[in-house]
Amino acid sequence: MAMKPVTFILNGEPKAAFTEDGQNLLDMLRRGVADLSPKYGCAQGSCGACTVLINGEPQLACLVLAESVEGENLETTAGLGRAGLHPLQEAFMQRFAAQCGYCTPGMLMAAKALLDINPRPTRDQVIEAISGNLCRCTGYEPIIAAILDVAEGRQAP
Amino acid sequence: MAVTIEKHATVGDAQRAFGGDAVYLGGGTILMREINAGLVQGRIIRSTDPVLKQIRQSGDGFEIGAGVTMSALANRAELAFLHPVVRAIGGPQIRNMATIGGNLFAEPPYGDLAAALLALGARLVMAGGQARPIEEFFRDRKRAGLITAIQLPRPRDNKSFAFRKVSRVKPKGVSVMSFSALLPRDAGRLRGVRIACIGLGPGPLRAFSAERALEDQVLDAASITRAAQLVTDGLEPPTDALASSWYRREVAGVHLKRLLERMI
Amino acid sequence: MSGTLTDQPMIDFRKEIFADERDDNLNEIGKPTRRQDITGHVTGRSPFYDDHLFEGLLHIRCVRSPHHAARVRRIDLSAAERMPGVVRILTGKDVPRNLNTLLSLLDFGIDDEPVLSTDRVRYRGEPVAAVIATSEARARDAVAKVVVEWEPLPHVLDVEEAIKPGAPVVLDVYPSNKFIYHGKYDHQKLRYGDVEVAFRQADHIVEGRYQMSPIEQAPVETCGAIATPEQNGRYACYSATQALFFSLAVSSKVLEVPSSRLHFIGGTVGGGFGGKVDSIHEPLAILGAMLTGRPCKCMWDREEEMQVGAPRGAERWYIKDGVLRDGRIIARSFTGYFDSGAYTRLSSYAIIKGVGHLPGPYTIPNVSANVYCVYTNRTPATAMRGFGITGVDFAIEAHMDKVADTVGLNPIELRILNAYRDGDMKAHRRLAKNCALIECCQVVAEKAGVKLSPAMLAASSRKGGGGDRARLPTNTATDQDGLVRGFQGGSYGRKGAKPASLPGLSQTIQSAAPMPAQTPPPATAPQQPPPRVGSMRFSSLSGFRRR
Repeated sequence: MAMKPVTFILNGEPKAAFTEDGQNLLDMLRRGVADLSPKYGCAQGSCGACTVLINGEPQLACLVLAESVEGENLETTAGLGRAGLHPLQEAFMQRFAAQCGYCTPGMLMAAKALLDINPRPTRDQVIEAISGNLCRCTGYEPIIAAILDVAEGRQAP
Repeated sequence: MAVTIEKHATVGDAQRAFGGDAVYLGGGTILMREINAGLVQGRIIRSTDPVLKQIRQSGDGFEIGAGVTMSALANRAELAFLHPVVRAIGGPQIRNMATIGGNLFAEPPYGDLAAALLALGARLVMAGGQARPIEEFFRDRKRAGLITAIQLPRPRDNKSFAFRKVSRVKPKGVSVMSFSALLPRDAGRLRGVRIACIGLGPGPLRAFSAERALEDQVLDAASITRAAQLVTDGLEPPTDALASSWYRREVAGVHLKRLLERMI
Repeated sequence: MSGTLTDQPMIDFRKEIFADERDDNLNEIGKPTRRQDITGHVTGRSPFYDDHLFEGLLHIRCVRSPHHAARVRRIDLSAAERMPGVVRILTGKDVPRNLNTLLSLLDFGIDDEPVLSTDRVRYRGEPVAAVIATSEARARDAVAKVVVEWEPLPHVLDVEEAIKPGAPVVLDVYPSNKFIYHGKYDHQKLRYGDVEVAFRQADHIVEGRYQMSPIEQAPVETCGAIATPEQNGRYACYSATQALFFSLAVSSKVLEVPSSRLHFIGGTVGGGFGGKVDSIHEPLAILGAMLTGRPCKCMWDREEEMQVGAPRGAERWYIKDGVLRDGRIIARSFTGYFDSGAYTRLSSYAIIKGVGHLPGPYTIPNVSANVYCVYTNRTPATAMRGFGITGVDFAIEAHMDKVADTVGLNPIELRILNAYRDGDMKAHRRLAKNCALIECCQVVAEKAGVKLSPAMLAASSRKGGGGDRARLPTNTATDQDGLVRGFQGGSYGRKGAKPASLPGLSQTIQSAAPMPAQTPPPATAPQQPPPRVGSMRFSSLSGFRRR
């Protein structure tokens, strides 16, 4: 089967990978360029664990055709806080906003997408922003509290 | 993998390649699920034609490219009447991916926007250039062909179109049912009523009995009650994992009533 | 309530209650702390099992039954074997010891479940073959090409239907569709006092039927494992299991490989909640690695997780209470049915645990329970947070409200009235210690704005217990209903600990001080309850074992 080359920017660095027809972006990121931070939860668009930012917009890597990110700018949790932790990461640690940690990378990307365009969201806006991400451990409250902490400037940016 | 992806730069090329068992890949929120599950085999067509992403004002309405996402619709102030619909679809990620064209093909419990387009009396522009009424499309959407744009008349005023979605999970939940109602008024009476729903049949459809109960009437408590009573007449609500047919029949009138009361 | 949670502590410590019993000079308890694995979680670097990359990784996907019950007439692999990327296809013949029950490791229950079924399937989604291919997509495509000739069989999906005469037999080793307890009975019994006598003395009889549907744990990470050959005939297995040594022992048993040749790596689990103890994936992944010499991944997709992933099982309970006019409950009997699904897994154990919990946190002088572990053609059930207790607690507490309604008492007061207190004898013949239900009820009433009577406000777990309430019933009515023949005593009792038996119980009964069945618990007791020290050691698995 023919493999197609794809090039893109991942967390600020140029990357290239080969993709098979029909392969999704999640699989290409994890196995093609070894970015293991986006997680497989459903491959159905239901859980949000594979959330990545494409040109700043949160999307579900499991439902993006790998070859369609040619030339695009991708961000994942692996690239968050390369120079010290991102305030969201600090806040998640402080607020006990992760238990098993499996939804956390997706949750962080959804939260980052929100704060990038709306640095002072309301609680309802935070809830809306993470509504595409399932967490089975925390009951969401510590996550909401962590995001609001950053929004309210309690975590030094 | 037993799928082959064909990328075409223009809608025209995509149209020529389309045919046989080929399937068109838009935003991916429907088709990629099936590709991931191995349920789709064979030729997948996609197109990067920028025309699919355009929103144009045309006369008294809009022409919206089939590849325009829910988020893009939500970001256009002139499409404010559609915002309650598109904001009720999926979560932020899904809205950044799912397209207006794709929603026309969504199977229950999805298709809230498709039903809204049906209520609004949209026309679909086919890849060949001809436009056809949306009703025609819903009669046999499996064999519809490529759609490039949706023509949408602008509702007369912000009281004449409204949307209500019933879901069990908030803020992101699939529809147990949803209603879209277009109630144009002429000298205080309703003329050309269109009420569409999902969740009360096999896909988006019009609630003709409720429409007839309102046509030529004044929108008031009496006409609303009558429409609510008749809403499932002639419809066969399904039983599925979300709700039973019985439940849907019981609550359909309640939700239609709440929607219509907002429009008085 | 926008923003309020960022300002207020999420836990309200009521330190004034039992203040004299608590040492507050603790280093960790009551103080916020960081998880030791949190840095990995927020940076996306925590090593979940699928976060290990292997060159040449193979993917395993199972061929599953579309029927609730069927005979497997023939499995034709020829077309599937010709599919691109297929390396090997496993069937039951490839599994060295293709029969297991999870608790056999504790000598509890009969081996009943194959890794890959060869002749019969007993639930929809049961695997009969496993395709090993170079990618997940190729494995899926090949699975679709496996031809299985099924002969559908009658099936049963309801616990009470399953135990009727003539119901389809799910497992031949349990021909009445009931697990056999202690090699003796087709249900787990609890007998304490004489409920029938007490029912005749009661002013009210309150009956109820309660049920709970199966509940899927739904971890965001689906269950799975990757196995890879190491040096010297060893195999490494990276697993999402919640029960690493369980999975190790199960793999060792069904693959007939000494555990010294298996190197299990786990501990980072993407949510489990009980759904990751069944050790389904590890044997298949290791077997795949053994037979192909390459790393093999066996992983459920989301649909499999929901359809064949073992849920918290369904339960149905019938409760009958004998109640005095003033609200005191003098007798409570239970009939319970746990839906084990098609195989035992952990349901038999859940019942032992559940029966140890009856009749709930209340001092009731006459208690009886018959609880059945029933086989049906539903997905096998397994562990989930408090399983064995959750369903019956829901039933008990719903029933308490019904009793309160019957006697016209506030439900919180009814609970305080019947709550166990320090020194009370419980139905499993242990004294209650460190009770706190009364205090919890008082705090709940305060928070909910429910006004309690002065007597109820004055009640305390430390007062009024013991004395007559510490005595065992003078007479416990026993029976041999549900006695079975032909089973060994092969339960947890075999390994030296004395199994529960009727003679053992009657000795206890004879040595106890008399307390007539008709005497309701007195409001106060002359005798002081034992001091509240230490915690009670009670093993829910080996319930009757002494400290």
